[in-house]
Amino acid sequence: MSLQGPWAVLSAPGLLFAALGLAALSMPFMTLSANRIVAGDGVLAWRVADPSATLPGLAAIVAGLMLGLPSGRTRLHLAGAVLGLGGVLWVLMQGASALLDGAGDYARVSPSVGFWFLLVVLMLLMADALAAMTPRPLLRAAFLAAALVATAAILSSGALSDLSVMQEYAGRRDAFRSEFLRHLGLAFGSLAAATIIGFPLGILCHRRSRLRNATLPVLSFLQTIPSLAMFGLMIPILGWVGTTVPGAQAIGIAGIGFAPAFVALLLYSLLPVVGNTAAGLASAPAAAIEAARGMGMTPRQRLMRVELPLGLPIVLTGLRIVLVQNIGLAVIAGLIGGGGFGTFVFQGLNQTATDLILLGALPTVVLALVAAIVMDILVELARPTQTVTQ
Amino acid sequence: MKVGTVLRPALVALLLALILRPEWFTPVFAPLAPEGGPVIYERTSLLSLSLSHLGIVAAASAAATVVAVTLAILVTRPAGAAFRPLSRSIANMGQTFPPVAVLALAVPVLGFGAGPTLVALFLYGLLPIFENAIAGLTTLPPATMEAARGIGLSRWQRLIRVELPLALPVTLTGIRLSVIIALGTATIGSTVAARTLGEVIIAGLLTNNTAFVLQGGLIVGLFAMLIYDAMVQIELRLARRMGL
Amino acid sequence: MIEIDRITKVYDGAKAVDAVSMTVETGTITVIVGTSGSGKTTLLRMINRLEEPTSGEVRINGESTLSVKPHILRRRIGYVIQGHGLFPHHTVARNIGAVPRLLNWPREKIEARVDELLTLFSMDPAQFRDRYPAELSGGQQQRVGVARALASRPDLLLMDEPFGALDPIIRARAQDDLRHIQQRLGSTILLVTHDMEEAIRLGDRVAVMDGGRLVQHATPAELIARPASAFVADMVGNVERPLRLLSLIPVSEAVEDGPAEGEPLPAGSSLRDALSACLWTGRTAVPIHRDGTSAGRVTLDAIRARAGLHE
Repeated sequence: MSLQGPWAVLSAPGLLFAALGLAALSMPFMTLSANRIVAGDGVLAWRVADPSATLPGLAAIVAGLMLGLPSGRTRLHLAGAVLGLGGVLWVLMQGASALLDGAGDYARVSPSVGFWFLLVVLMLLMADALAAMTPRPLLRAAFLAAALVATAAILSSGALSDLSVMQEYAGRRDAFRSEFLRHLGLAFGSLAAATIIGFPLGILCHRRSRLRNATLPVLSFLQTIPSLAMFGLMIPILGWVGTTVPGAQAIGIAGIGFAPAFVALLLYSLLPVVGNTAAGLASAPAAAIEAARGMGMTPRQRLMRVELPLGLPIVLTGLRIVLVQNIGLAVIAGLIGGGGFGTFVFQGLNQTATDLILLGALPTVVLALVAAIVMDILVELARPTQTVTQ
Repeated sequence: MKVGTVLRPALVALLLALILRPEWFTPVFAPLAPEGGPVIYERTSLLSLSLSHLGIVAAASAAATVVAVTLAILVTRPAGAAFRPLSRSIANMGQTFPPVAVLALAVPVLGFGAGPTLVALFLYGLLPIFENAIAGLTTLPPATMEAARGIGLSRWQRLIRVELPLALPVTLTGIRLSVIIALGTATIGSTVAARTLGEVIIAGLLTNNTAFVLQGGLIVGLFAMLIYDAMVQIELRLARRMGL
Repeated sequence: MIEIDRITKVYDGAKAVDAVSMTVETGTITVIVGTSGSGKTTLLRMINRLEEPTSGEVRINGESTLSVKPHILRRRIGYVIQGHGLFPHHTVARNIGAVPRLLNWPREKIEARVDELLTLFSMDPAQFRDRYPAELSGGQQQRVGVARALASRPDLLLMDEPFGALDPIIRARAQDDLRHIQQRLGSTILLVTHDMEEAIRLGDRVAVMDGGRLVQHATPAELIARPASAFVADMVGNVERPLRLLSLIPVSEAVEDGPAEGEPLPAGSSLRDALSACLWTGRTAVPIHRDGTSAGRVTLDAIRARAGLHE
């Protein structure tokens, strides 16, 4: 796979991306169907609209893939990825309006295999370039913000509003907003609760190894329980609490809905929070702890000045795991009436309405990705000796 | 562990009873069933659902293991080094994709049934195994590797006799993570019409029959805990033998 | 003055430290030396109460260490450990200022003290103040560790194998530096090591521990000349005893008038250096210079006389 001779000027991953990208161009780029349920017909990228309209986009895609070829030119790769993504978007916009022209009132257009494939290939090209550039945390945050602003601008510009997913969205604007907030509430709320419970518990586990040996195995077993089973098992338990504990129902504790989903997520969150807190505190060098004791720090001062600052990256890594995991698992809440994006996913699966599934699944994926990137940046900023590693 | 020696057989017995003789549990579940509704899930045999569930998980995990370990070997050879940063960022970012979302996104492409579930489990299962296999293959003790070269082992012999065995414990941890995620995601697979134990829970949710939910949840939960425990035991035994 | 009074530590019925008593004069270095498991580190850690004694007590300037809370006591006692134990997330300045900060010194006073100590250890404050420990060499880290322990002008400095992680050349320099700084500040130091060479080199007094007991507490010269037991003799190294003894005697004590050939030695050398010079160049006497002018000679006979003289 390593390239030799005159081929050495080419990047091996770049060649792979170009080959995959060109292959993707020969797959259906968009699908046109008569209504939102039936399967549609695939349309190739250069057929989605008049050639004069698609040509600039196609040229940009091919040029972008070619820019990924020269070996070691990471900035060029990044530029190629951005150019290619622009091209993909351009063709999609042209196709969305052109295909619907005269196709009937209920006709739907949606991106197809070729589009998704190209999107993935170009994103990988971008990820590869960014990974090679190893930007500093703040620069990475700037990249992320730029990407989010661009995405928001494109979505709100209405350029893609002819797409099927966007039509599903248009019909559910209010529901989307409330399910979005519900999803955030589930993911972040359970994270907050897990932190409030798990952080002190983690500190105690660090101090007392017997508590640690008793707690961590139980929490890891909790985490192995399949999510659907966990959410399901919460229903009878919280139902019982709701009916027997006075006042519980008044604060919203019941067998179905928000409460069992919240508690299930909370239980899943405890292991990473407790485990990583304990591991983080234990990660301070033994000699530094001994020195801290020897110089007369109280246990509290030792915790605040030495153990916690040194363990912070590991503690934050625990929160990253929890947040990403919760954003994904909160989808299951849709099955037990807990709300969130899962509502759309499972409605979509019931009605075999692909676009409705996408309306739930895509924002979940984006949310999880953004959360992961943001948390990674925070973890890096928390590294105490970051000036050393530069 | 002393607790384990008592608890383990008891849980296995409970699991077998729940699957093979569900009617024994009628008095336990009855209070949770709706008035006049069925207490025990009888639409399909729990045994066949369990076997189908485990079969899907085993097939997807086995395929994922073979592919992920092969890929890990490739990118840790000098010839594949150019792909290592890329494969790392794919593994990193890929794992942030929620398993449920992967499952849901497989449906538009593959339709309903066991197919999308298998593919989703396979794709998602690749990542932890790949990541751990890479970690195992790139953190070998340098002295051992030097010795392996010194005694004249060829590259292939080094891989088979030294690198892979040394990377095995870490790789096994990846396989365990992957299997546990697969067990859970397969449960949700019943929402896309795969035949798994999730069917029992979903049936309970749809008919407001908490007895079904509890029954299905207990079986799946016990399976996960016992499989997790078994794999941890294997890893511990292996690690002990290698003196880690 | 530090008085250790019949101090004992029992772990699971075994005596790690068995009724050790000794007195450490203010302004001196006492080195506790022993094999691993001899109880030397436990003895040291009982002084700042990182280990609580089972019985007995320690008095610093007449006041029992049991009369104050352990963390208050420790802020008055400097503590240096093997592998320095610097806080990796704090700068050199924050590391050195750690104890003054615990004692709530005003900021300017802490800053001035940090700069003073860095200068004392020949590290330019402007250059090193804001560095992190990982950016320093092993020798520099060790110096910062000692500076941190001295920051609050403690009554006593405890050092547990402070040079154990250094390579031999840097270690010798660090030992010399410690001697100079101790003489300049007049600090009282208790140092634990397993290395008899280090003990003889640094100690005003050396305490040898074996199996939890103090077997001999004496000046280095006495220890070499009259080891109290076979164990101590073994620790000192029977064969090398004359050489060890010679290394403690400066040439100025054996200098006599008269001529000698060859490369002169400075007056600060030891008789061991003079012997070495004689043997290496086949001479029977070496000239001694003080500040560039001749100060007489040292002969092999004079050296032999001192090496055989057990006082």
